[in-house]
Amino acid sequence: MIGPTGKQHHSAAAWEPAWLRRSIAITAAAFLALFLLLPLAAVFAEGLRRGWGVFAASVASPDALSAIRLTLVTAAVAVPLNALFGILAAWALARFRFPGRSVLAAMIDLPFAVPPVIAGLIFVLLFGSRGWLGGWLSERGIQIIYAPAGIIIATVFITFPFVARELIPLMREQGSDEEVAALSLGAGWWQTFRRVTLPNVRWALLYGLILCNARAMGEFGAVSIVSGHIRGETNTLPLHVEILYNEYDFAGSFAAASLLASLAVVTLIVKSLVEWKVRRDRAAAAAEEH
Amino acid sequence: MPRRLTGRLLPWSPLPGFGLSLGATLLYLSVVVLIPLSTLVFKTAEMTWGDFWATVTAPRVVASYKLTFGAAAAAAAVNAVFGTLVAWSLVRYRFPGRRILDAMVDLPFALPTAVSGIALTAVLAPNGWLGTHLERIGVKAVFSPLGVCIALIFVGLPFVVRSVQPALEDLDAEIEEAALSLGAGPFATLRRVILPTLAPALLTGVTLAFARGLGEYGSVIFISGNMPMRTEITSLLIVTKLEQFDYAGAAAISVVTLTLSLGVLLALNLTQRLLSRGR
Repeated sequence: MIGPTGKQHHSAAAWEPAWLRRSIAITAAAFLALFLLLPLAAVFAEGLRRGWGVFAASVASPDALSAIRLTLVTAAVAVPLNALFGILAAWALARFRFPGRSVLAAMIDLPFAVPPVIAGLIFVLLFGSRGWLGGWLSERGIQIIYAPAGIIIATVFITFPFVARELIPLMREQGSDEEVAALSLGAGWWQTFRRVTLPNVRWALLYGLILCNARAMGEFGAVSIVSGHIRGETNTLPLHVEILYNEYDFAGSFAAASLLASLAVVTLIVKSLVEWKVRRDRAAAAAEEH
Repeated sequence: MPRRLTGRLLPWSPLPGFGLSLGATLLYLSVVVLIPLSTLVFKTAEMTWGDFWATVTAPRVVASYKLTFGAAAAAAAVNAVFGTLVAWSLVRYRFPGRRILDAMVDLPFALPTAVSGIALTAVLAPNGWLGTHLERIGVKAVFSPLGVCIALIFVGLPFVVRSVQPALEDLDAEIEEAALSLGAGPFATLRRVILPTLAPALLTGVTLAFARGLGEYGSVIFISGNMPMRTEITSLLIVTKLEQFDYAGAAAISVVTLTLSLGVLLALNLTQRLLSRGR
């Protein structure tokens, strides 16, 4: 769910002596610098170690470009599909009461609990040449495993809950009064959805989309199982990073990794902006009520 | 149709779309998640009990459980301490760069795991920024169980910080002040007032980090060196079985791993319910 409730804590309550406060803050900052900042900086430093020319050449190589293309296509399928599903699931779960609702909500989160490697394995068992549907598919000349289709399917599985889990708690909290009012005033269902529901959840939706996209473009474990690592065909950007790394082409590997790291940084910035905006809106709404 | 259904079975709702949205959700969930997951069970069921048991208790597999469990538990313990300190600083103190640090905490969620893996390896390798210093004092952080643990600390950190943060924000300053003004020392206030309030959130964060560690793959395989019996995690063993076309073996180990990690999460869920009922 989007961040904490927007309460601002009172630093006046800190009873810790100044020296203790300072040591806690310094320890925490040092820990974050050591464990988060340093590895992030290392990606860019290693990527640029042999200069911009090498960096540009490896990012613009045909294999890298084809990996970028497949990564973009994968996200372009998985994100809208899971957004559509997320909206439908949120409507069913947050607007109606029915038996088994909490079980269904738990099942939607299931892919988060499945280790990435297992997420890949199940699709090999399903679509692989020796899988359940393998024979049927190969008779018809359809290949899913070791083909882009498998990568997309595994990514859809992995990113399945992102949008739904942002929308469900928010829509439940908002209640359905505004929608009922719109309907009773004669608005159609589409109009109600587009003019009432969607605007009310737009920031949570954006938040879910950003996280879903970051994971769709960055997924590694599940995708590496179903990909087969065929250059120029079934490599996404994270797999490209792995292949070059295992071939000791560190400059190329870290150059591709810096693209993904930049995506992560942009994701974090947009995410923080959305959180900041939501906090501000909530604070404004709370002030209006008083 | 939905109205008739809601009229009898369910509380009536004036909103449309119940049948459509629930039907679509169930269909999509089944096709994308439930049916694929069920293949694990069916594939494993093709094995005899003896084969299954021999596969999941082979020495190399057991060594990988020990490593994965031990490293995930150690990483969760480190994160329990440092994650709480990070959350504490972010919520209670104001200092320059706080917002940036706050945003940075989610980096392990946002950074693809393969990138995390090679980045940590680069920093900790004997010629890396930290590795040179570690080597001088005789610590081997790559291609060792320590490396696995460091990778799991990295991926687990946000779980602890993001669980503890809201609990710290909800901490009632007045109760803290009351405890202090009634003569409780800072240590007693911490132990009697703050820690009990924090404990459920901390437990949640630590358990989520632990469960994530059990299944982690991308960030670990580059730093661990993947030596059988020594630094081979269970996820990698599943991949190895698959590469040898031993599908049933891969499925069997997966069933064990998945049962353990779902079991941990289920236990967390039940504990949370018990705790909230106790209040």
